Amino acid sequence: MSILIGSLTIGLILALLALGVFITFKIFDFPDLTTEGSITFGAAIAAILIVKGYSPATATLFAFLGGCLAGLVTGILHAVFKLNGLLSGILVMTALYSVNLHVMGRSNIPLLSELTLISHFESYAEADKDINIMGWLVPQKDLFVLGFVLVFTALIGSLLNIFFKTNLGVAMRAAGNNAQMIRALGVNTKAYMIFAIALSNGLIALSGSLLAQFQGFADVQMGIGMVVWGLASVIIGEALINTRSVGFLIFGAIMGSVLFRLLVAVALQWGMDPNDLKLITAIFVFIALILPGLLNKAENRKKLKKLQHAED
Amino acid sequence: MLKIKRVYKTFNPDSANEVRALQGISVNINLGDFVCVLGTNGSGKSTLLNAVAGTFPIDKGFISLNDIFLTKMPEHQRARYIGRVFQNPFSGTAPDMTIAENIALASSRGMKRGLSFALSANKMEEFIEPVSDLNMNLEDRLNEPIGKLSGGQRQALTLLMATWIKPELLLLDEHTAALDPKTAGKVIELTKKIVEKDQLTTLMVTHSMQQAVNLGNRILMLHNGKIAYDIQGSDKKHMRVNDLLALFDEVRRKEQVDESVAHMIKEQYI
Ligand SMILES: Nc1ncnc2c1ncn2[C@@H]1O[C@H](COP(=O)(O)OP(=O)(O)OP(=O)(O)O)[C@@H](O)[C@H]1O
Ligand SMILES: [Mg+2]
Repeated sequence: MSILIGSLTIGLILALLALGVFITFKIFDFPDLTTEGSITFGAAIAAILIVKGYSPATATLFAFLGGCLAGLVTGILHAVFKLNGLLSGILVMTALYSVNLHVMGRSNIPLLSELTLISHFESYAEADKDINIMGWLVPQKDLFVLGFVLVFTALIGSLLNIFFKTNLGVAMRAAGNNAQMIRALGVNTKAYMIFAIALSNGLIALSGSLLAQFQGFADVQMGIGMVVWGLASVIIGEALINTRSVGFLIFGAIMGSVLFRLLVAVALQWGMDPNDLKLITAIFVFIALILPGLLNKAENRKKLKKLQHAED
Repeated sequence: MLKIKRVYKTFNPDSANEVRALQGISVNINLGDFVCVLGTNGSGKSTLLNAVAGTFPIDKGFISLNDIFLTKMPEHQRARYIGRVFQNPFSGTAPDMTIAENIALASSRGMKRGLSFALSANKMEEFIEPVSDLNMNLEDRLNEPIGKLSGGQRQALTLLMATWIKPELLLLDEHTAALDPKTAGKVIELTKKIVEKDQLTTLMVTHSMQQAVNLGNRILMLHNGKIAYDIQGSDKKHMRVNDLLALFDEVRRKEQVDESVAHMIKEQYI
């Protein structure tokens, strides 16, 4: 049960990553590799500020802004200097590796003895008190943390949903959907794309900062594989919610992240080698990406056969 | 007035596939003019419209609209003054977004887009009448993604969207070319209605001689990136399809184009 609560919590924290990936990959069809650097960047900024004695809320806010800055650079490389999208992300991700080491001053910062947003919410619980959920004993503090993360992620998701229904947000979706059209209606598509990539990486860094506070450390390696993780969540979310409405897609991405985390936890319980995790995630995303095309083909073939039968 | 002065545009300069698409075009279009732009494939019609819309920077020359200098203005800023419909019905609308969202986008063409809600009950109410005027039964489908609609329906909506806020100039680039004859006829009727209602200054590229004869008060015939004929006033009023064909022949003779091209022209235009 404790594992379940932990998985839910991490799933909800990584849902912010999924929301970031949703913005770039789903709205702008832009696979943004900055993600791997910016999630660590967020963790690094939050960790160092917390260690230096800043309040965890301030530290988390700066992590978000740092992520925005990283995304801004990627956006400018791509939209202004016309570098290939993947390459823009790779350059910034690579640069961020050094930046992260500089920010942290070493490759790992422990936060276990610091006051973090997570430990702040843990402190509301009575020490060592367990709650009985359907016969399982769960530490009350874990539930408090889960509650905080749930509210936080739901809040960000709602804000994003509202944003995408404003004039600015609708125009941003249109910039990803049909750039020629929205330019003819007076939108500077380059500026919008840069803004979207910045916002996306802000959310991803936010996710990283919460993850560091939850795990109790920031590590320079923690971003590896995170793009694919985000993609997996978004894809699962899309499959869950079969619609094009943004609100539902945002909800789907959050649910996708939680579900994916739970699946992974179950697989690990069953004895999957943790070293295989990233390999299996990658294969999963590959299959999920090609599956709709294959299904279509199979269906067309069926139709064709029917037609031929009808002719015979 | 739209002033176009000695505008040049060469694609891929100094390379094997260099194309001199516009070679010093000069023309003044008066307020309220409805101009049909004719010319063979590759004569520079789309390039002229794109130069005015700002899709690419021009090499040389000068463009202004009602005394606003457009020459150096980026495309998205020109959108404040210019409404456009493209040849491809997919180009003018965002397919994954609803009809209402598309119209909302058009209803703030060229304006600052802030953090107020794009759609409200009031706005949806406003959308219903103009959409039902299209006579396409789309007013009940405002919340459906526009990608589900037919090319003709999308093109009619694009036209409505381009003129939602009255533009100082309307650019139509073969906007009925991809539609079946019946639907094309409908969209042309609609074009006429909208242009006449607001007295819109309009440039319409077409390959249909019939449309050029029936519509508008002026014809520009382009050839090799230059204006070969500029027909206005009573000349335009008395122009018939055969007269236009004769002019095409004349252009051909001047250029000594071979017979096969002439044949192609005839096939395309009658
Ligand atoms: N973006 C571009 N890059 C390179 N060449 C171009 C580009 N746009 C147009 N051209 C070339 O410029 C010339 C004029 O093209 P344009 O599209 O203006 O012709 P058009 O009169 O609109 O023809 P059509 O009737 O076929 O639409 C053509 O030779 C075309 O190949
Ligand atoms: Mg053309």
